[in-house]
Amino acid sequence: MTAPLLQIRDLHKAYVLDGVTIQALRGIDLEVEHGEFVAIMGPSGSGKSTLMHILGCLDVPDAGSYRLQGRDITQLDGNQLAALRNREIGFVFQNFNLLPRTSALENVETPLIYAGVGRTGRRQQARAQLERMGLGERLFHLPNQLSGGQAQRVAIARALVTRPSLLLADEPTGNVDSATSIEIMTLLEGLNREDGLTIVLITHEPEVAARAGRRLSLRDGRLEALA
Amino acid sequence: MNWITALQLSLRALWRNKTRAMLTTLGVVIGVGSVIAMLGIGSGAQQRIADQLASMGTNSLVIRPGSVTRGGVRTGAGGITSLTRADADAIAELPDVVAVAPSVRTTDQVRYRGTNWGTAIEGVTPDYITVRSWPLAEGEFISRRHVRAASHVCVLGQTVARELFGLRSPLEESIVIKGLACTVIGVLTEKGATAWGSDQDDAVFVPITTVQRKLEGITHIERIELVASDREASFRLLKEIKTLLRQRHRLGEDQPDDFRMYNRAELAQTSEESARVFTWLLGSIASVSLLVGGIGIMNIMLVSVTERTREIGIRMALGARQRDILWQFLLEALVLSTAGGVLGVFLGLGGALAVARFSALPVTVTPVSVLVAFLFAGLVGVFFGLHPARKASQLRPIEALRYE
Repeated sequence: MTAPLLQIRDLHKAYVLDGVTIQALRGIDLEVEHGEFVAIMGPSGSGKSTLMHILGCLDVPDAGSYRLQGRDITQLDGNQLAALRNREIGFVFQNFNLLPRTSALENVETPLIYAGVGRTGRRQQARAQLERMGLGERLFHLPNQLSGGQAQRVAIARALVTRPSLLLADEPTGNVDSATSIEIMTLLEGLNREDGLTIVLITHEPEVAARAGRRLSLRDGRLEALA
Repeated sequence: MNWITALQLSLRALWRNKTRAMLTTLGVVIGVGSVIAMLGIGSGAQQRIADQLASMGTNSLVIRPGSVTRGGVRTGAGGITSLTRADADAIAELPDVVAVAPSVRTTDQVRYRGTNWGTAIEGVTPDYITVRSWPLAEGEFISRRHVRAASHVCVLGQTVARELFGLRSPLEESIVIKGLACTVIGVLTEKGATAWGSDQDDAVFVPITTVQRKLEGITHIERIELVASDREASFRLLKEIKTLLRQRHRLGEDQPDDFRMYNRAELAQTSEESARVFTWLLGSIASVSLLVGGIGIMNIMLVSVTERTREIGIRMALGARQRDILWQFLLEALVLSTAGGVLGVFLGLGGALAVARFSALPVTVTPVSVLVAFLFAGLVGVFFGLHPARKASQLRPIEALRYE
């Protein structure tokens, strides 16, 4: 049996906001296997984003352990974390977070720049990824010329272009209408089922969470499984 | 991330804010341009002074008789008759002396047929034109034979030639100097005015002996001018001649010098020094504008970092390392400053040319000043770009991402 993709033990994280210390995470235990589709639910302020940042190696825990692909991320320095974000993790954000005034193609190329891929390689891979997302006609559009659904698909293409082992989606349907929401979830489901992509998704919408294979709820800094 | 990619990213980012980038560059353009133009004007002035000094002979010394006090009355310089041609001959024997020119001088009317002209009459030796580095325009100069024989010959300065002969050649003509008919054997080229404004061409030159014996009835000389082999030698000779002349004049320990010495090299050094100071002054004033241009870069880069905080966060989430972000912003600053440097070089050259054309000032732009101004611009870019770039690279990813 292979080790889980992601393994968290007794994770704690506090942050200070306006002089008040907030215990965001108080002992999280989580394991995600390769190919799983996990949804984490919780009301706003429950620490969802904090957990997401730690899972995405954008932040480090105060206590506890986090192993990704068997590597203890608390032992890594800034450059190693950057490399990990680049190769192992793909981010999809609620507000898309596309680079402004930068074409869809260039947005998707960006992670490849930091991966050290040459110019022609970047072009090819980014174009192929966008075409897979059905955006072959939108390569040179700027973010403000794209609809919400298109923008989020560009973001997904960008997240997947380095072939990461984990896709982290933070409220991916939070900024789009319900029809687009369904379109995006169908896309994610397909990626999970057909390509075996591991997805951890954060949402507060039950109907979105319902499409994941496993549902967890984050309440008062602790995780519990939902039926 | 390689250099070319980093540069592409920077250029693309600057392109998105074209107007801003151009205005920021303009500050550096003006800075570099004014440094180059100012240094050009400064070294032009230096060059002109050097030329003037060269026309005077910068390695030359002048020795004149000193003043004496008789019954409380002090004569002016040259008031005594202590210097002789024998002194000049003795000085000529010293090492590093290239040429020595003793002379006496008087003033009077010189006449040619119906016209006359009041001018200086210089009694000189053949070496005079060597010492003054003053070529002949036509004819020949006074020879040793002329000096030995106290011949009745003369050489005219351009002003005298013009006043007495107009456009005609004065050669072989006879002019009357203090009742003595002298044949004109040569005319000197135009020397122009001295730095203090007296016309050097307004003189007639005759053998020194002719003045001494036939015009004035004296045996002393009034002036010894000499050229040293180089500037250092001229300073050394100053001391050696002093010792030599004191010995020859049998002056005791407590007696003052009965001669005075002037060193043109000293004057040259002073003038060159002040020209250098002038160049530095202009250069530093211009550097201030380059500094202001640099602050402009820092200002814009700081604004840019703040504006693009979110972009920085996104890039970090996508795998950018701190040094990738640092280089991106530093390169943007460098591109601005070097572009400003290149354009500034052209502006500076243009400005220098314009100044040279519309004023009488000579302007010399040296490759060194161009290079220095350009490198300085690059340095300004690094210096003022580093702080904003570090600031950008040290942002924490989650805070940058959350930034609105």
